[in-house]
Amino acid sequence: MQKTELTRFEETVLPHLDAAYNLARWLTGNEHDAEDVVQESYLRAVKFFSGFHGENARPWLLAIVRNTCYTWLRRNRMEEPATELDEGTQLIDQSSPNPESLLLAAARTELLRRALETLAPGFREIVILRDIEGMSYKDIAEIASIPVGTVMSRLARARARLQKLLSEPDLMEARA
Amino acid sequence: MICHEVQELIHGYADGELDLVRNLEMERHFRDCASCSGAYERLQGIRSAIATGAPYYTAPSGLGQRLRSRLRQAAEPDAVRSRTPLRWQWIGIAAAVLIAVLMVTTLIHRPEPTQLLAQDVVASHVRSLMATHLTDVPSTDQHTVKPWFNGKLDFSPTVGNFAEQGFPLVGGRLDYLDNHPVAALVYRRHQHIINLLVWPSSRQSDSAVGQTELQGYHLLHWTKAGMTYWAVSDLNISELRQLVDLVRTL
Repeated sequence: MQKTELTRFEETVLPHLDAAYNLARWLTGNEHDAEDVVQESYLRAVKFFSGFHGENARPWLLAIVRNTCYTWLRRNRMEEPATELDEGTQLIDQSSPNPESLLLAAARTELLRRALETLAPGFREIVILRDIEGMSYKDIAEIASIPVGTVMSRLARARARLQKLLSEPDLMEARA
Repeated sequence: MICHEVQELIHGYADGELDLVRNLEMERHFRDCASCSGAYERLQGIRSAIATGAPYYTAPSGLGQRLRSRLRQAAEPDAVRSRTPLRWQWIGIAAAVLIAVLMVTTLIHRPEPTQLLAQDVVASHVRSLMATHLTDVPSTDQHTVKPWFNGKLDFSPTVGNFAEQGFPLVGGRLDYLDNHPVAALVYRRHQHIINLLVWPSSRQSDSAVGQTELQGYHLLHWTKAGMTYWAVSDLNISELRQLVDLVRTL
């Protein structure tokens, strides 16, 4: 690789390190593996960089991080102990408490973290990218290789599930 | 629009992903339908709980450096280290989402004066996130930003740089608010932009820090030494308070 090309890579792709690490940390579940995955992702990214001509490197990089995470998950875990969301989950749980008490409950970051970790990776990643990373449906669709409509429906099911878990934390205890 | 359609689109609406026509249809429906507007409120509750409560794991310090050396090893050994640029790329995405969020929020209740001002502050913040409007003078040096306001304003804002405490100065901008020209100082915290708006106060006495939340943004405001300050960001409230505490010690 040319020196100028490497400089260009560092200027466009390295600034997204936090986003890359955050996604890897949420998908692998621990710091050590997240760091390994991020390093591997960047080494892969630099190899593919000549093929990248887009304006925004973040979705491009996160797609690589995501793929590296899944390869890693397959290699290291026989089974992901996460909730599969059934198709029948209501979009918004009508019986949930009002937003104020929900916020109070969610102020306990630990509870929220545990709730997110019980989601299957395919749902967790959408919530991370949308609600924590603040990305658009279009970029998320590109990262996860799914249609925009699927981004929205997964988000709907994941949020409904989180709402339920936050209002009834016992559901998590029961699973543990 | 019927309830079923609204339920289908409610997440896209909350995330600012719908087109204008659908947005308006959704708003009209919420005004007439208590069940759907209740569902929307609950959805906003969970969105804001995740956005403010869930941890954002930032890369450990040193990882960037380790990556650089590994990349250089993989390429060629004697390459020159480049400067890390500011992360402007994300601003475009954020702006699109935020503009849509702003568009979406029609307030039904009658707002109070502070509330009106808060709306203006949020509007200024959102405008600033459009890539070309964030700063008129992009600089991380307070000694560049402060003199820039001379001749443009009839007051001189105090400008601090808190890069060491994790709030680097991004630049400054002129804005117009509450019938005054105001100084906008732009700071950054990780991927969040913070606007600090400053203008001469109509009251002389200092005030404690007041707190408001609007459209998912946190706002802190106070009066000190004859100047009114408003800080606005989507950053969580405790980190925003850290910056405010730093500004107040200047």
